[in-house]
Amino acid sequence: MNVIVDAGKCCGAGQCVLLAPDVFDQNEDDGIVVLLDATPPEALRAAVREAAEVCPAAAITVEERP
Amino acid sequence: MTAPAGVLVVGASAGGLAVAEALRRQGHRGGLTVLGAEAHPPYDRPPLSKQVLRGAWERERAHLRSAEQLGALEAELVLGDAAVRLDVAAREVLTAAGRTLRADAVVLATGVTPCRLPGQDGLAGVHVLRTLDDALALREHLLAGPRLVVVGEGVLGAEVAATARGMGLDVTLAGLGRAVLADQLGDRIGGALTRLHAERGVRLRLGAAVRELTGSGGRVTGVRLATGELLPADAVVVAVGSRPATGWLAGSGLPVDDGVVCDAFCRAAPGVYAVGDVASWHHEGLGRRLRLENRTNAVEQAQIVAANVLGGERPYVPVPYFWTDQYDVKIQAYGLPTAAAEVEVVEGDPEDGRFVALYREGGAVTGVLGWNMAKAARLRRPLVAAAMAPATSPATSPATPSPATPSPAASPATPSPAAAPAARVNTRA
Repeated sequence: MNVIVDAGKCCGAGQCVLLAPDVFDQNEDDGIVVLLDATPPEALRAAVREAAEVCPAAAITVEERP
Repeated sequence: MTAPAGVLVVGASAGGLAVAEALRRQGHRGGLTVLGAEAHPPYDRPPLSKQVLRGAWERERAHLRSAEQLGALEAELVLGDAAVRLDVAAREVLTAAGRTLRADAVVLATGVTPCRLPGQDGLAGVHVLRTLDDALALREHLLAGPRLVVVGEGVLGAEVAATARGMGLDVTLAGLGRAVLADQLGDRIGGALTRLHAERGVRLRLGAAVRELTGSGGRVTGVRLATGELLPADAVVVAVGSRPATGWLAGSGLPVDDGVVCDAFCRAAPGVYAVGDVASWHHEGLGRRLRLENRTNAVEQAQIVAANVLGGERPYVPVPYFWTDQYDVKIQAYGLPTAAAEVEVVEGDPEDGRFVALYREGGAVTGVLGWNMAKAARLRRPLVAAAMAPATSPATSPATPSPATPSPAASPATPSPAAAPAARVNTRA
C-alpha cells in the first residue's frame, strides 16, 4: 500500500489522525495533514483505507500494490 | 447474516458515494446502484464556496473520485436523473426519466435544497449556492460586475463574502443575526468573525431583514432592507438556509419531520435508511433526534448505514464536527456549540488570532472550537465526546457491536421487515 496526501485539498479536520495516528498527523495551526508513514504495515491498512474514504476533503489516496 | 442482494443509493454526493464505498469495503458483493439527480460525477461541496468560486480549482478537482476509482466500485451510476417517488414496501424508486429501480435495501441520500427569497425566481443575477453548476454560474456573474450582496450571515454566506472580497469585489453581507455566525457559534465568536469581515472590507448590515429584491428588465439591481435602505447589487447570493430534499417522499408513508425520521440505526423503515443532510436520526448520546448539515457527518454516517444495511445493528453516535475557512482564518468546531452556551478561551489568545474555546452548558462541555489552532482543538475533542457518549446502562442504550460482529439479534436469516425495530421510528420525543 502506498499512501498519498494532497495538502492543497486538506481541510484540517483531523479525521485521519483519529483513525490512524501512526500514519497521519497534522500541523499545529492550520491542521493540515502530515503523512508519517507512506507505506503502512498490514495491521494499519484497514484504518488507512477508512481514513481515505471518510476524509471530508478527499485528500487521501491509497494505491494498493500487489 | 444474509446481506441484501441489491442496494440502491438515492443521491450521488458525498454521503451516497460514501455508503457505496463502505458497502464494498465491508464486503457487499451484490448489486449496487447509485442514482444522482445531477449529471456530474460525485463531487465535493465545501470547495464550491471557496476554491471553485474563486477559480483556484478547475471543476474536475472538486470531483471526489477519479473515473478509475468509480469504476473499481463496480456500481451502476445512474446520473442526471432524479428520484420522484418511493414505494417503501416494494423498495422501489421511480425516476424523473421513467426508470423503475428496485432493491432489497434503499438508502436515501438526497441532501438539502436551498431556501429562496420571494421574487427571486425569474430575476437574473440572484443565486443560490448548492451545486457545482450554481458555483460556476455565480463565478461568471462575479467576474462580470463588482457589487455583490450576500443575504445570510451563516457559514455559507460568510464564506461567499470572504471569497468574493478576495476576488476584489465590493461586498455587502446582510442578515437577520446580530453577528456573523452568531446563531451557530454565539455572540463572542460571532463578534470576532464580524470584526474579521469588517477589517477585510465587507460592508455589514446585520440584524437586518430583507424586504425585497429590486430589479429592472428582469435583472436584479439591489436588495432593499426592512429599514428602507437599498443595497445596490450586480449580483445577489441568497444563503438563508436550506431544507431537506424530501418533497419526493410525499405519499410514501415515510415519516418526514425536518428530514427523514430515522431510528438510532439510521433506519426509516424496514430496508430503508437515510444518510447525510437529509437524515434526522435518534442520537442516543443526546437522547434526541439530530440532523446535521455538514460534510464530515455524511461520510461518518455512511459507515454506520452501510454496516446496518448489511445486517448490523450499530447506533450512530457521532461527535459532530464542522469547519469553515474565511480569509486566512480556519475554524474547527467539535460537538454542538450553541449561542446559549458559555464560552471560555482555554488556550491561545484571540488577540493573537489563534485560540481554542470551550462551550459549556449545564456544566458539561458541549463544544470545542479552534480558531487557527486546528490540532489543539482536535486534542480537546475527548472533552465533548465524553458528554455526547451514550449512557452505558443497558436500559438506555443497546450494546454497540463492532462492525465485524453484529449482534445476534441483528442478524435475521433475511433482512425481514418484521425483524427491524420500525416502531422506534415514531417513539422519540
